[in-house]
Amino acid sequence: MDTSAIIFYAIAAFTLVMGLMAVTSSKIFRSAIWLLLSMVGIAALYFWMQVEFIAAVQIIVYVGGIVVLIIFSIFLTQQAGTKMPGPSLKRIIASALAALFGLTFSFNLINHYGFSSAASQPFSLSVSDIGVQMLSTTEHGYILPFEVVSLLLLSAMVGCIVIALKPPKENVERTVAAPENITVNITEPEEENVNVNIREPLIITEV
Amino acid sequence: MSTVPLTHILFVSTALFFIGMYGLFTRRNMITMLMSVELILNSVNINFVAFNKYLYPQKADGIFFTIFIITIAAAEAAVAIAIIINLYRTHKSIDVDDATELKW
Repeated sequence: MDTSAIIFYAIAAFTLVMGLMAVTSSKIFRSAIWLLLSMVGIAALYFWMQVEFIAAVQIIVYVGGIVVLIIFSIFLTQQAGTKMPGPSLKRIIASALAALFGLTFSFNLINHYGFSSAASQPFSLSVSDIGVQMLSTTEHGYILPFEVVSLLLLSAMVGCIVIALKPPKENVERTVAAPENITVNITEPEEENVNVNIREPLIITEV
Repeated sequence: MSTVPLTHILFVSTALFFIGMYGLFTRRNMITMLMSVELILNSVNINFVAFNKYLYPQKADGIFFTIFIITIAAAEAAVAIAIIINLYRTHKSIDVDDATELKW
């Protein structure tokens, strides 16, 4: 076992322990902090796998964006220091059994399949390669998902603003008197069929 | 690098997935359930990157899937938090057992 393997197992243990504390802590703010540390551990795992771009994106989006958003929503919705009521013992046992069963099942499946790793050439991907392939319109380009995701982000942003807007106090109904006797000067049309789009209450007098 | 086989990375991501699933089952607070969903999405991302690195090192498809999943997860978290804040305004609580108007 060399240094790289030791680093991997340390990162994995850190990530898993932080994730476990994030889902079991009874104080919600601490839970968010453990989640943040778990995300940092996953970013370290990406660094270990030498995909530095994904690691940077992970830190920027998850640690800097989503977890901060979660912490803000905790501050907006509840007292951060109080303890949450824990789940009932029956629910804990049932959930732990379900998770353990799934875990052993998946472990067994992965272990038996084995994944004969025959990666002959080393994996190296520069950021410029990612950028070129992301925006290329050729066969292996990703321009269409890129555009679709940009539309999705725009619609999610507009939807968030609409959902989280403060509702107006009350609908004050104001009746506005319709203007009467407005004279509209229309010059004589040369052709017969001319559509003039003027709404009903206006009174049209031809000059 | 070569001393750690692919299966061990898959073990880590599987364990993270089921930790998130355990949290999703036991928590009743909407924000903590959202945290569990984030853990599950991250475990999927680890799988994509590991498969791309170990099995198809000449391609970059797993990287792109990871980027798109991170983007969609950000949008999903933002929408979920907007819904949570709106629910808190009307119910004064974000416990999922308290929001029962759509139950029947």
